[in-house]
Amino acid sequence: MTRSHQSQTGKVRGTTVTLAHGAGGRSMQDLIDDVFLSEFGSNNLSDLNDSAYIEAGTHTLAFTTDSFVIDPIFFPGGDIGKLAVYGTVNDLAVSGAQPVALSFSIIVEEGFAISDLRQIARSARAAADEANVSIVTGDTKVVNRGCADGIFINTAGIGEIPAGLDLSPRHISAGDRVLVSNSIGEHGAAIMVARGDLGLETELISDCRSIVSMCTTLAQSIPGLRAMRDATRGGVAAVLNEFAAASGTAFFIDETSLPLMPEVRGVSEILGLDPLYLANEGLFVAVVNEADADAAVALLREMPGGENATLIGEVRPDPAGVLIMNALLGGQRLVDMPDGDQLPRIC
Amino acid sequence: MKYADEFRDPEKARALIDAIDLTLKRVSIPDDRPLHIMEVCGGHTHSIFRYGLQRMVPESIEFVHGPGCPVCVLPMGRVDDCVTIAEKEGVIFTTFGDAMRVPGSKGSLLQARTGGADVRMVYSPLDALALAEKNPHSEVVFFALGFETTMPSTALTILEAKRRGVSNFSMICQHITIIPTLKALLDDPQAQIDGFIGPGHVSMVIGNRGYDFIPAEHNKPFVVAGFEPLDLLQSLLMVLTQLAEGRATVENQYARIVPEDGNAEAMRAIAEVYEQREHCDWRGLGNIEASGVRFRKEYHHFDAELKFGLVQAQVPDPAICQCGDVVRGIIKPTQCAAYGKQCTPQTPLGALMVSSEGACAAYHQFDAAGIDH
Repeated sequence: MTRSHQSQTGKVRGTTVTLAHGAGGRSMQDLIDDVFLSEFGSNNLSDLNDSAYIEAGTHTLAFTTDSFVIDPIFFPGGDIGKLAVYGTVNDLAVSGAQPVALSFSIIVEEGFAISDLRQIARSARAAADEANVSIVTGDTKVVNRGCADGIFINTAGIGEIPAGLDLSPRHISAGDRVLVSNSIGEHGAAIMVARGDLGLETELISDCRSIVSMCTTLAQSIPGLRAMRDATRGGVAAVLNEFAAASGTAFFIDETSLPLMPEVRGVSEILGLDPLYLANEGLFVAVVNEADADAAVALLREMPGGENATLIGEVRPDPAGVLIMNALLGGQRLVDMPDGDQLPRIC
Repeated sequence: MKYADEFRDPEKARALIDAIDLTLKRVSIPDDRPLHIMEVCGGHTHSIFRYGLQRMVPESIEFVHGPGCPVCVLPMGRVDDCVTIAEKEGVIFTTFGDAMRVPGSKGSLLQARTGGADVRMVYSPLDALALAEKNPHSEVVFFALGFETTMPSTALTILEAKRRGVSNFSMICQHITIIPTLKALLDDPQAQIDGFIGPGHVSMVIGNRGYDFIPAEHNKPFVVAGFEPLDLLQSLLMVLTQLAEGRATVENQYARIVPEDGNAEAMRAIAEVYEQREHCDWRGLGNIEASGVRFRKEYHHFDAELKFGLVQAQVPDPAICQCGDVVRGIIKPTQCAAYGKQCTPQTPLGALMVSSEGACAAYHQFDAAGIDH
């Protein structure tokens, strides 16, 4: 689920669910607010953080869940099994939690190859080992041919929040700095190329990886850390818009500072897409106070997956709630919350 | 990235802005409004907003965003035609990505897909042809839209379909031509345009000769431009220089891509497959004489409209829409009564809110001025 402040009925347009309702942008927010928060709305849920916080005795636990559907199931740099583990542990990690246990449930279509299933399980296990978390429970459902696209996976995870740690976009204030943990857009671009209908050949691989070590290191070593969030669907643009809305501040980022692999730039240029909206699966955005910003980047750059960590902008008081790009040549533009998937332009 | 970064150099951009400032001092500006420079092509509109160029140039210059966005000028009735065919049993309907979101009176192709129609996005008409060969029991229909830029690829695909003898493949032809539309714009006494930044991609196909009437009959400068920020700034400078010197002529800033006479092979393919329509509907601009093409008789068996016995739907633009006034430079997007209220990128009412190349969508998405109030 994505985040918002309060439930509001009447936001959803139309009478049926469309793909835009699952794309991580405005339509999805509206659907969650209108249909789910209005029915479920507990305090914990209404915050719509990456994880819910649960007090258990003297401990604070983080609890989260995510479902995974992807075409193709095996892609350069990963597969749906690895993605399903990292997706959930990464949601725990950006809450500052150390992941403890995972569930792993599948809905699989009749006719799916056992060998593929075995490979998915193997890579899920390897990913769990890497993130130092155990898969402790699961479920298997098989549906008729045609009732699912190969395999869907749901994982849920529990993690432990260190005592005294309090990360929240509400702590963000003017003067803070914004960093991304690596170069952006690699998963989205790799998947688009892997689907094969572009006729492009690139060396691009998904950035699908655990960000647990990077996040826990920042949480332990950087006192000025305000908030972290992994930039999956909707990309870096969606996260920064959410942070701006939640904190009532303005986010200014510099186009020249955005870390981008040449291939991601190339694919984006050819298709007329904006890499800020492309999905990532091993990248997070962090907001840190000015004093600690350089130290945070230096720490990340020493760690695997953080080699291209970069400060990309700063937080200002006005205009509240928006994301603004200082464009390459000195102009400025608003970077809006995405809505639906980006569609390639005609010419 | 080679061949792109060279055209995005901030220092060179500053030098061009300085030159624009200097040249502008020698241009007489109307008393009651800024100088109106129309960029004809939607791709230019996109670049202008992406790089914030409209905020870098002096305030006495205003870009007017022209009709050259094929998705924006797509009339609702044509989208309805597409939906009608897409919903037919046994049809696989294909088109380019951003055409799928354009609303008709019964919704968009994306919505038709939600309702169960088999609508697929392709990157090239050849992909649609390949799909037809892979699905011999379905009729694969490609929605062919766009200016002369996309015409060669659809024409060559039709020629290829004929060569391979593919019979379950057809197209809805919504190809339109830019020159009659520029004529119509300039003949409108209300239009207030002082100079043109001409379309680069279209000109790569048709060449530059067709624009001669613009300086000759209307005394307006016309500079064919590339799509990178330095291309656009240099083209603007070339337009201003003509105005300062009291000249009006067709110039080619995009000579690295655009040959004076266009692409003869592409023009041959177009002429082989298509012929002029008597008139064509444009969203926001109405009916314009001789502004589109249709299949020649020899290719009628590839014409989806004939194959399905389609009668073209006629749907007027919503009454509140002022897209036509925006395209003519009479009002700015933000001055339209529906802008940002009934009409947003999520719920586009008017054509110009549909595509990221549409002037209104670009304003909504990119213009930092929108965050000042």
